[in-house]
Amino acid sequence: MRNWQARLAVLALFMPLMVQADSRLLATGGASSIEGQAGGGIAPWAVISGYGDVGEWGGALALGRVSVDDFQLDVQSVSVGLENTLEFSVSRQDLEVAPLGLNIRQDVFGAKARLAGDLIYGALPQLTAGLQYKRNRDMGVPLALGAARDSGTDLYLAAGKLWLNGVLGRNVFANGTLRWTAAHQTGLLGFDEQRELVAEGSVGVFLNRHWVIGAEYRQKPDQLQSVTEDDWADMFVGWFPNKRFAAVLAWTELGDIAGLASQSGWYLSLQLSQ
Amino acid sequence: MPRFLYLWLWLTLLVTGCTGQPERGDSLYAQLGGEAGVDRIVAGLLWEIAEDAETRALFVDTDIKRFRDKLAEQLCAVTDGPCVYTGDSMRETHRHLQVTSAQFNRLVSSLIRVMEQEQIAVGAQNALLQRLAAMHGDIVAE
Repeated sequence: MRNWQARLAVLALFMPLMVQADSRLLATGGASSIEGQAGGGIAPWAVISGYGDVGEWGGALALGRVSVDDFQLDVQSVSVGLENTLEFSVSRQDLEVAPLGLNIRQDVFGAKARLAGDLIYGALPQLTAGLQYKRNRDMGVPLALGAARDSGTDLYLAAGKLWLNGVLGRNVFANGTLRWTAAHQTGLLGFDEQRELVAEGSVGVFLNRHWVIGAEYRQKPDQLQSVTEDDWADMFVGWFPNKRFAAVLAWTELGDIAGLASQSGWYLSLQLSQ
Repeated sequence: MPRFLYLWLWLTLLVTGCTGQPERGDSLYAQLGGEAGVDRIVAGLLWEIAEDAETRALFVDTDIKRFRDKLAEQLCAVTDGPCVYTGDSMRETHRHLQVTSAQFNRLVSSLIRVMEQEQIAVGAQNALLQRLAAMHGDIVAE
């Protein structure tokens, strides 16, 4: 909690210097990932949440649900983007484990800083460094499966680029993220002592400025002895009717989770943004 | 899961193939509607600028008649139309204006709105945006 209060204090210091405005182009704030940061569904992107440009601030509120064979994950998140340079986020995850009739909850506190480049302009892609501090609140199942810790911090570097007129007259987006993580199943099954390096990638094609179709892949560590952890993938359709609202619908394949085989199903995210 | 990604690639090609055939052979200038089309885009953009206090601030000392002519000429030249741009360089014209990233993006949004009103095909819109985006470094103050 101290962490979050410190962040609020930083925000409070910055905010009077900026105006809340939305000068950036439609969809350039991305959607809200399951870990609360601007991104796709399963991977954080190099973009900063909301539509605030330099001299402005913006942000997003999002509700997400992943519904696969034996699990349902509900996510509520809020993120603030400052100066198109810094992003802070909080999200609460609630995983319903249907076969056991129990829930595993986790909080994720995120921060991101844009280091260089720009999503659209110039040769260099937008480069961002980020972290996610995660705290698992229901360690019964994770401990039973052999997890060592109840909290952990993921560190990552992300590069994102939008190519105007990229393919067949369409704008094309790609993002790559390198993540250093000790989390089992993003932390919902706890954390290991050791971090591992994993890669995540997203691509999307904008059919027009409101509709994007894409796919994501997220490599996962597989550090629990007791159960297998698989890589994740999804195929998504994103709708950005305006800068206030976005919806993402995806089909997702999450592989084995906590001993339950080949979990696949739907993902829906609804986002309000500024 | 390569099977999954192949499926996505096929779907993408299918959908983009169906929704937007680039008009082969026609210059971008022709796709924008030629001289009349470019004039309508420039006129629409001037209305958008007039309505947006943020970008309007950049034009307080601008000779609007000259701006309109030079912008039309530049759009014609940059889209492979039969024009030669005779105005000053982008770097020169924006040097003293301290154009912000926000102002640049607002103008791009305005241009997109105008092109949508003019029912310019998505591929032609993106092609023009790509060519204009290349000028970002000369226009926006660091």
